[in-house]
Amino acid sequence: MITIRRILTHVEDTFHEFGPAPAKPLRRGAIAAILTNPFAGRFVPDIAPFMEELKPVGLMLAQKLISGLQCAAADVQGYGKAAIVGAAGELEHGALWHAPGGYGMREALGWKGAAAQDGRARPGNALAIVPSTKKVAGPGATIDVPLTHLNASYVRSHLDAIEVRIPGAPTAHEVAYILVMSLGPRIHERLGGLRVDEINRWDGQR
Amino acid sequence: MIAEIRKIVVQIDAIHHEMGRTIEPATRRAVAMAVIANPYAGRFSDNLDSLTTIGEELGGLLGAKCVEALGIKPEQAQSYGKAAIVGEAGELEHAAALLHPKMGATLRQAVSRGAALVPSAKKMGGLGTAIDVPLGHKEAAFVRSHFDAIEARISDAPRANEIVVAIAVTDSGRPLPRVGGLQAHEIKGQDGLR
Repeated sequence: MITIRRILTHVEDTFHEFGPAPAKPLRRGAIAAILTNPFAGRFVPDIAPFMEELKPVGLMLAQKLISGLQCAAADVQGYGKAAIVGAAGELEHGALWHAPGGYGMREALGWKGAAAQDGRARPGNALAIVPSTKKVAGPGATIDVPLTHLNASYVRSHLDAIEVRIPGAPTAHEVAYILVMSLGPRIHERLGGLRVDEINRWDGQR
Repeated sequence: MIAEIRKIVVQIDAIHHEMGRTIEPATRRAVAMAVIANPYAGRFSDNLDSLTTIGEELGGLLGAKCVEALGIKPEQAQSYGKAAIVGEAGELEHAAALLHPKMGATLRQAVSRGAALVPSAKKMGGLGTAIDVPLGHKEAAFVRSHFDAIEARISDAPRANEIVVAIAVTDSGRPLPRVGGLQAHEIKGQDGLR
């Protein structure tokens, strides 16, 4: 039984960061659903079935975030996810988000699209593992959510992070499940490494 | 536009449940923030006209960002507020120059009208400083169901020579208002108060 109390959507445009303004501002976004933690206040051994219930939440949040970013799914270049568990919960309740959050977001970004069906990996597949952080914390805690390129984790220009904070949440009996996306690399990225146009293995890493 | 904007952040906070009760439709508050260069950082200036002009620009820009993010028509906006956080190379009066002389007029255009005072807050701060932006009904400041606030914060701003400017707009009041006072349907809408 899922009760979403609140949804926070965050979209930011960076126009410059020292140096010359980039041709295109960098847009990044985050979305957080704050829901009642059904396992708060006691130890529940068997929590895994809740992942199935969270699946539609993952897909819904990903679609809402794409809509908030005012872009097409194909415009998303980087992603990440996170969970903040309120004080009456345990860290493992945050880990419940890995599968439904990660796969929901990858589905929204094309992982189950035509490219997946013919078995040939290509851009837009959302092939990379979705990087994540999690913590147990009180209302208004901040969490730094990692971002990586959605097709190849080693693309250095897209290694980034975005800070997320929900004033007033999560309370003790709540959990916040978070997804983040970016529409480009870091502003003024200039540290070499694997480039997007050099992705060739399509194994989610390189 | 004379404002030199480094960054714009827009947040929507939607409340679907509160204290076990379903909120239908969800209450929604938007806050739009801009990080601008402070043209008077590091020096005393008697004249603060540049910031006043920037305030006029940002009232319209950030007001429109809120309305757009809420996906509403301007006339559906119900309450508003404004705030600024001045980086340490500036002074509190810089926030006043942004917020008070000219910002209200362009913000009111962005939300179609607004007879009531736009409530405000200001402070000095560093990177990641939070400010609670007060909210009041846009037509009648005494509408009790719409007294509220929303927190504005940008993790990497304001730097010393920057100012964070925030505008908040809602399409609703608090989730479960029940402390009486003037109700929205009782607004006379003549003096901005009742």
